[in-house]
Amino acid sequence: MSKNFRLEKGGLVNRNKKISFKFNGKKYFGYEGDTLASALIANGVHLVGRSFKYHRPRGFFGAGVDEPYALVQMNRNDEVDPNVRATEQELFEGLEAKSVNCWPNVEFDIGAINNFLNKFFPAGFYYKTFMWPKSFWYKVYEPIIRKAAGFGSASTKHDKERYEHKYEYCDLLITGSGPAGLASAYAAAKNGAKVILAEDKSRFGGSLLTSEVTIGNQSGQEWAEKIISELKSMPNVIVKNRSQVFGYYDHNMLVMSERISDHLPKTEKYVPKQKLWYIRAKEVIISSGSIERPLVFGNNDTPGVILSSAAKEYLKIYGVLVGKKPLIFTNNDSGYETAIEFKKNGVEPIILDTRKNPNSEIIKEAKDLNINIKFSYVVVAAKGYKKVKSADIAKISDDKKNLSNIENLKCDCICVSGFWTPTIHLASQSGNKSIFNEEIDAFIPNQSKQKETTLGSANGIFTLEETLKTSFQKGNELSKKITNKENKISIPSIVEKKTSKHDKFWCVPLPKGKYYKRFLDFQNDVAVSDIQLALREGYRSIEHVKRYTTLGMATDQGKTSNLNGLQLVSDVENKVVPQVGHTTFRPPYTPISIGAIVGREIGKHSKPTRKSPMHYWHEKNNAVFVDAGVWLRPRYYKQRNENLFEASKREAKNVRQNVGVCDVTTLGKIDIKGPDSAEFLNRVYTNAWLKLPVGKARYGVMLREDGIVMDDGTTTRISENHYHMTTTTAQAANVLSHLEYYLQLVWPELNVNVVSSTEQWAGAAIAGPKSREVLQKLFPDLDVSKEGLPFMGYMEGNLFGVNAKIYRISFSGELAYEVNVESDNGIFMWEKIIEIGKEFNIQPYGTEALSTLRIEMGHVAGSELDGRTIPYDNSLDGLISKKKDFIGKRSLSKSAYVASDRQKIVGVVPLDKKTSIPEGSYIVKDAKAKLPNPKLGHVSASCWSVEYDNPFSLAIIKDGKNMIGQKLFAMSPLKNKTIPVEIVSSHYVDPKGERVRS
Amino acid sequence: MLHIKCPHCGLRSQNEFTYGGDATVKRPELNKEISDQEWDNFVYLRKSPRGNHLELWQHISGCRQWIKVERDTLTHEIFKTFKANEEV
Repeated sequence: MSKNFRLEKGGLVNRNKKISFKFNGKKYFGYEGDTLASALIANGVHLVGRSFKYHRPRGFFGAGVDEPYALVQMNRNDEVDPNVRATEQELFEGLEAKSVNCWPNVEFDIGAINNFLNKFFPAGFYYKTFMWPKSFWYKVYEPIIRKAAGFGSASTKHDKERYEHKYEYCDLLITGSGPAGLASAYAAAKNGAKVILAEDKSRFGGSLLTSEVTIGNQSGQEWAEKIISELKSMPNVIVKNRSQVFGYYDHNMLVMSERISDHLPKTEKYVPKQKLWYIRAKEVIISSGSIERPLVFGNNDTPGVILSSAAKEYLKIYGVLVGKKPLIFTNNDSGYETAIEFKKNGVEPIILDTRKNPNSEIIKEAKDLNINIKFSYVVVAAKGYKKVKSADIAKISDDKKNLSNIENLKCDCICVSGFWTPTIHLASQSGNKSIFNEEIDAFIPNQSKQKETTLGSANGIFTLEETLKTSFQKGNELSKKITNKENKISIPSIVEKKTSKHDKFWCVPLPKGKYYKRFLDFQNDVAVSDIQLALREGYRSIEHVKRYTTLGMATDQGKTSNLNGLQLVSDVENKVVPQVGHTTFRPPYTPISIGAIVGREIGKHSKPTRKSPMHYWHEKNNAVFVDAGVWLRPRYYKQRNENLFEASKREAKNVRQNVGVCDVTTLGKIDIKGPDSAEFLNRVYTNAWLKLPVGKARYGVMLREDGIVMDDGTTTRISENHYHMTTTTAQAANVLSHLEYYLQLVWPELNVNVVSSTEQWAGAAIAGPKSREVLQKLFPDLDVSKEGLPFMGYMEGNLFGVNAKIYRISFSGELAYEVNVESDNGIFMWEKIIEIGKEFNIQPYGTEALSTLRIEMGHVAGSELDGRTIPYDNSLDGLISKKKDFIGKRSLSKSAYVASDRQKIVGVVPLDKKTSIPEGSYIVKDAKAKLPNPKLGHVSASCWSVEYDNPFSLAIIKDGKNMIGQKLFAMSPLKNKTIPVEIVSSHYVDPKGERVRS
Repeated sequence: MLHIKCPHCGLRSQNEFTYGGDATVKRPELNKEISDQEWDNFVYLRKSPRGNHLELWQHISGCRQWIKVERDTLTHEIFKTFKANEEV
């Protein structure tokens, strides 16, 4: 028989454009408009993969999203893409794909031995087999299972492609462009509604493309084309193909994945590969159609066994025959349509109909065409290993229990039709509790939960006439409510064939003595016997049966297996399907690429990067940056071959000996105004604020209501009713929200306004014994002497023509000032400071030196204010006012907070004065104690003290106040270090604070 | 994603807001003598109702106002929203 399965003519592919592609290394040809699946079938290729568990040969089962088998690994433009459905992948020149789950290749697969050992792989075999010996799990079982698991392999390279997100609002979102979608979109668009019509496939029209119907005086396909082109021309309509609405979320938010470039050999410049649409729709029409159900019989997974509707689609859209000796196995009239198509194209089909004596227009037409029809006949088993070669067929008794007249029939494909399952996933995700419809043996949506309306075959309506009528009407009705406009449309006359009732029969019994595998879930290799076993073992809930057997848990989410599985459970349990219920439908409906979910928020774009106005100066001067929240801050300024340690030591030392300058723009700043500002600060901070004079700053600590320190910083009284608050870089946003919370909700009677002014000010901290001399030169007109600008003083000045605010505050523990100017003048200020400071040996210093300076001074920062400590723990209890109430005060009297051995901050010095203590180390009494060694506390921050030239750390340990002088151990299991240490005061340098006041 | 009607700005998506917990909790007055139990109730104890819940949200990427939202925790239906100072 010829390997060419393409018809001479017919189909919607462009026969003028031949396309070459490679599958498993072999070159083939297809046409523009083909899918990878249709092109392979046209070349007679049916073996595309191996099944998950038994490694049985697998071919094509569907022609679209429901495909359970044909998952391939794609190679496109030097990028690999695993888990691509060949039935959805459009062909492009140079496409390369290969089979997955097989080794060394799909034709000869070692794993197929599983098929002959299938007795050892029953349902739940994972749970049963790998239990002993325990030691085998890590070394033997897990590596083997990992190797065997999954389809295809993901790339470990960075994805060069671009993915985008889009937010859109519309009046009506319509999911699916079949007859229901087209009619409702058209009616709504005519009423002026903003409509988005989404179609998963590349071609619009859904079932109209393959069914023999007449609408008005046009074929279904012509009518679909006309409606689509009209919709496309309307400004209020967005029509999208290759777009899958895969999730229905709260408040009518739906998410759609648009595959913009997957069908092209290469993504064009400035165009994304895929786009994720977040669509908020006023009304949603679900016109997602229905998926044909398989019939279950022996070896029904053999390549060549295919859904009858898929066979018809390959014929009508791609001009491709799935076989030249087709056997049609059906329990309803749909199979006849496929048979008639074969016949019309010169191929002789044989129909096996499970029904005894059905009668309808279409059956009559098949009879008139002299198609061989066998009533009350079933396929018992498919024969052939890598492709169907024949089928054992039999007559079935009226009660559908007994087989007789078993005979073998030559055929090269078996097209099955077990009636239709409405695609109710989206409706179900919206919260709609579906109901079982006895007429069609399937679930359909019930009462709307959100603003969703399900139309057409997704709603269990299988006649075109009723679908179009209700869809025009619903589209009109829903849009009219929104636009208050009505544009009446006359519904065209429809010619379609009447059908007769389907047969409820779906699973062929095994003949005596035969134990064929009869598959329900084709992707996860779940057979009838697996479900029966699970039920015998006592599983009852459908959710448990699903998880135990993995029925419906594959990447196709049971699109073809779900209902047959339920049917089987209800048959065995003697229940009806609605009693068994169905498992939950969860988004996404189809697999969505991780790239699309992430969008542009990747790497550096995952959050904004904030840079200070002086950033480019830092860059030019060899700053090495560090992420501080969303800010980039200089960590150190590299000179020659210095490393971090050397540079930060040099910078810190220079602050202690001369003067340094640090970019402190990142500090959170909040402007506070209003007559009640003092009272408000008095409630927010733990210390007293009412008597702070104008022109003075004060250090403050604020708590959460549970007594935990929230943040610290200085606040300056600029004028009577105007304060400038600073917060830590990390907590800036939280503090603002916190203040707003109390002002808006708790004490609305306070007349205070707060606003973030972080971005408005550029800040430089000038620190060191020579800082006053630098400041004096910067502001020659001001009196910045010890008396003129005392510690915690504030003044405004003119910095060579630029307004500046000067705060005498210090984080480094040295004599220090912070100068703020408007952001635009930041670089001017900075360069002036560097220029003027030159004669005093000024050097810029980064966050590493900043940390060193504050750690050896015992000043707390984020690593101590870590959301677990109260003021006492940080030696900040001196700042707690006894006279007034404030946020969190009541919590401080909790017994745990006043315990006599409460944790407290201490200093830690290694006994050898050489070994640095890793941050996060535990402090323990006995280094050799049995594990778990009881810990006293942890090391919160470490530095190399530039004052004493030895390592120094801060730690928060139990009973810290009585631990000074003790010899303990710092243990870091992570770094595998045990360091003998001595506990000292946390104020290691200048414990009396004389320098800041000098 | 929820769609929340800010009483100041109108309907906005949830990603413009942050959640702020139970809106019916009243902070004890300042300087008032209260028992440990009362204070613990205020700081820690919250009901987690299935159904109607009055809660706080802040329109943090919008007008920055704290608002009260009456929401069904089961269905996510939002019945009504209020300004911070509005009586429910």
